[in-house]
Amino acid sequence: MALWKPDPTFYASPRDAVNAPPEKLAYVAAFDRSAARPDAIAVLDVDPASGSYGSVVGWTDLPHTGDELHHFGWNACSSALCPYAPHPHVERRYLIVPGLRSSRIYVIDTKEQPTSPQIVKVLEAGELAERAGYSRPHTVHCGPEGLYVTALGGANGEDGPGGIALLDHTSFEVLGRWEVDRGPQRLAYDAWWHIAHDVLVTSEWGTPSMVEDGVDAELLLNRRYGHSLHFWDLRKRRHIQSVDLGDEHQMVLELRPAHDPTKQYGFVGVVVSVEDLSASVWVWHRDGGRWAAKKVITIPAEPADAAALPPVIRPFGAVPPLVTDIDLSVDDRWLYVSCWGTGELRRYDVSDPFHPVEAGSVRIGGIVNRTPHPARPDLPLSGGPQMVEVSRDGRRVYVTNSLYGSWDDQFYPDGVGAWMAKLDATPDGLTFDERFFPHDDDWRGLRPHQTRLQGGDASSDSYCYP
Amino acid sequence: MTAGSLAALVALGAFHGLNPGMGWLFAVARGLQERDRSRVLQSLPAIAAGHAASVGAVAILVGLTRSVVTTRAIAVGGGAALVAFGLWRLLSRRHFRWVGMKISLWQLAAWSFLMSSAHGAGLMLLPVLTGAPAPPGHDHGLTAGLSAGLFVTGVHTLAMFATAGTIAVLVYEVVGLTILRRAWLNMDRLWAAALIGAGTTTLLTA
Repeated sequence: MALWKPDPTFYASPRDAVNAPPEKLAYVAAFDRSAARPDAIAVLDVDPASGSYGSVVGWTDLPHTGDELHHFGWNACSSALCPYAPHPHVERRYLIVPGLRSSRIYVIDTKEQPTSPQIVKVLEAGELAERAGYSRPHTVHCGPEGLYVTALGGANGEDGPGGIALLDHTSFEVLGRWEVDRGPQRLAYDAWWHIAHDVLVTSEWGTPSMVEDGVDAELLLNRRYGHSLHFWDLRKRRHIQSVDLGDEHQMVLELRPAHDPTKQYGFVGVVVSVEDLSASVWVWHRDGGRWAAKKVITIPAEPADAAALPPVIRPFGAVPPLVTDIDLSVDDRWLYVSCWGTGELRRYDVSDPFHPVEAGSVRIGGIVNRTPHPARPDLPLSGGPQMVEVSRDGRRVYVTNSLYGSWDDQFYPDGVGAWMAKLDATPDGLTFDERFFPHDDDWRGLRPHQTRLQGGDASSDSYCYP
Repeated sequence: MTAGSLAALVALGAFHGLNPGMGWLFAVARGLQERDRSRVLQSLPAIAAGHAASVGAVAILVGLTRSVVTTRAIAVGGGAALVAFGLWRLLSRRHFRWVGMKISLWQLAAWSFLMSSAHGAGLMLLPVLTGAPAPPGHDHGLTAGLSAGLFVTGVHTLAMFATAGTIAVLVYEVVGLTILRRAWLNMDRLWAAALIGAGTTTLLTA
């Protein structure tokens, strides 16, 4: 039912959103690697004043097994205030939750029982395949024409190309393929936009056959994973330009455009360079009438004793940082960079996006280091900081440790474990919150992936007003 | 045209101008994007022109039709259509979408025309249009119908333009968009209610 006043979690500008009240609940996608039990959305209490702070207070089990929950998003967000098609009286209440392996999409209502969200609709893989020609749905963004869902794979027997499916805002039916003209784009991963400039950006990972059974060393060394950015006309749904970062830069993943709608730059992380196992962060920007990208952060591999390394990287004698997620604070000042391989979360001051300045780092987990959480100094941790989510006010940062089932198993073959941590962020630095460390059995054997914060977070909303 | 219907015309103009979805918000957004007040001011005439074209089409159509069929027939037919349209607006959950943020003033005028038409802005004036005295005789019917339509469109659009312009400048210069969170009532519902009200009035006075 429509509201009389705009949903209070919608903000006209990022400046307003920074003043949003702190979130009290967090939703985390958690999956069972063995596909024997259902995946679930875990609800975490993130209200420091609450008695159950830092623990899982609710579970929504899915009706199927083997979905591999991964990323997800809200049905509506601050873009509902955009002036050309304003509809601010819808509610932010449904989580749109794709199963990356099953290609099902769940619609889960968080309003009636916020700690026990209810599944209200299930879109089967067949609907996505038939109407949009895609499979393996990944990123979800609430956009001007509907819900944009990126998908890694093709459908009906095709491995690719991957692309974007549009879902109706209200019925959540699959409306169809978003692209009118995809140009040279074949590989897909993330998508986001410069909403006030009618520009959409997409990145590249690989098709299902390239990723589902784990990273393929041959494909990697032959530089076959994605290494380009694609820029699109958001209105006409046409490919405008590709920017190749260089084929040594394999797997171009999370896109974090500036929240300030007057700006046209953003950050993207590259998992690994096949030349030296380093990871990098690039800034894309306008260069005259064209788009360009520049490497602004390079994180080197850390030498290690081969005996301490899993087979997949043993020949290299070093731990690649593996930048698998990045997140930009709503005020566009702080960029968080997850190094899942080395077990480090770095923060950069990106006030000048072309010259990031490192401004804090914490260690946790890691292929070699196994750094424990300060709350349990006796417990070596597997996995590393992976999905990173920043609160709207920028003061709290949440990380989870699982990357993707088959890849977890390659890089952490003795078990990736399951944990989530929270950091308090101040301009001076980052510190672990020792009261917040759900781990191991708290996750019921499931692996936690993306976090979404109640009311929105730094990677959920886009704004049409500066 | 009576003082009452003139007042109604102005009031409806103000009502349309007040609706963020009818254009003032777009004008403010365009200004904020470039941090330039003149972009707000340039946008407003384009928005008003699109609105006038949409309202004018209905007004002139009604004016011309009145010269050939009885006012009563128009009122009954139009009123019923209006109530139906209002109910559809009230119950439908679709929202109008077209264009993006980067558009020319011509496209902005076209956007405004489509936005006004899709929301039935002109139809809402039906009670005023059918309430005015019928044009005398058939000889001057066409001209009179045309000029009545133009007059109604002019007065209405002026009121819409003044309201939208005032709000746009106030929000841009003084109040800021934070006001949206508190003061943006669900105009879709009010709008649908107004359409149904206008249709009912037309039917009752037919």
